[in-house]
Amino acid sequence: MNLSGKSQLAGILKKHEPEILADWTQSQLAASTLRSDLMTEAELREQSRQLLNALQRGAQEGQLNDVSGPQWQEARDLLTRISRSRAQQGYTPSETATFVFSLKQPLFARLRKEIGSDVTALADELWLTTTLLDRLALFTTERYQQSRDELIARQQRELLELSTPVVQLWNGVLALPLIGTLDSERTQVVMESLLEKIVATSAPLAIIDITGVPTVDTLVAQHLLKTVAAARLMGADCIISGIRPQIAQTIVHLGVDLADVVPKATLADAFAIALKRMGLAVARAGA
Amino acid sequence: MARIPILKMGAFLLVTIQVDMHDRLALTLQDDLTTRIVADRAHGVLIDISSLDVVDSFIGRMISDISKMAQVLDAHTVVVGMQPAVAITLVELGLSLEGVRTALDVERGMELLRLQVSEG
Repeated sequence: MNLSGKSQLAGILKKHEPEILADWTQSQLAASTLRSDLMTEAELREQSRQLLNALQRGAQEGQLNDVSGPQWQEARDLLTRISRSRAQQGYTPSETATFVFSLKQPLFARLRKEIGSDVTALADELWLTTTLLDRLALFTTERYQQSRDELIARQQRELLELSTPVVQLWNGVLALPLIGTLDSERTQVVMESLLEKIVATSAPLAIIDITGVPTVDTLVAQHLLKTVAAARLMGADCIISGIRPQIAQTIVHLGVDLADVVPKATLADAFAIALKRMGLAVARAGA
Repeated sequence: MARIPILKMGAFLLVTIQVDMHDRLALTLQDDLTTRIVADRAHGVLIDISSLDVVDSFIGRMISDISKMAQVLDAHTVVVGMQPAVAITLVELGLSLEGVRTALDVERGMELLRLQVSEG
């Protein structure tokens, strides 16, 4: 078997490029994985042409069994670009990988036509080509996954920044409306921003409203208690409001000790208590 | 060796920690403070730790201990100005300083001390 990586592939690619490109585009357009809603035919044709060019230049240098070398840089860059744009457009991973895999059929057909008489040589060439394309497709999928991961990480960061506002209800009264599930990373951010704000506004009272928190487990309860304890160490009192019936049941079943925490049914009740503690009262105008 | 100054303000003692606490310094402070509480017949101690950025379990324990010792000597203790990072560290270390009164700044701390002393 020809494992040195020398092959006739480069020559064949160069000689029959227009035919291979035509066959390939046609098979892609006919395939069920075609997403005409996401990409125009001209775009697809252009991407196919670029990849075929890069493939030819890469194959010219030899080294078909290693796509990490410098001669494949162009092909790698191109595939990175394509998989990135497809990940953003909403292609599935298999649809993205199929872009590379679909080149196999037209390429194999051409190889068979060129060296059909020599069975051993054909088998060698087919093996080399299939390994090459598999590696490139794997690379594409990896890049696709990577860009998806980046997207998710970015969205998570944005969500984290958006979801922890500390608002000032009154001079000396802060409110922290929590919405969504609390994990340890988020609670850490919540805790820090609340404590920073307590220092910045020197507010002696903070209301943590958990109306928007769907579930509370031991870890979340622990985090809440830690926040309350840390605020107390700094000299501020915390009131927790908006505890749902299910959460109350869970807290008791879990055996979490909320003895140090002042619970109030609603944010309004908590605010009323806060005003009372500061010696303030709400009165009807003119009364 | 450097010492942390203890200032007398009426019936109260004021301790401002403005240097990095190390264990020897903490023990000296504990010694000095208990002596001064008895000597000056102080009814309240205010410890300002707003300049303290770093805290370990020993210092945390020391703050808690000083407060308890003052209580035994018939003096109330208020710790003021704890930084968020220090508060988080103490909570993570499991030292929530039960029984130690806290306030956001010296002004509020003094008010709290006066209130406590007048209540007895």
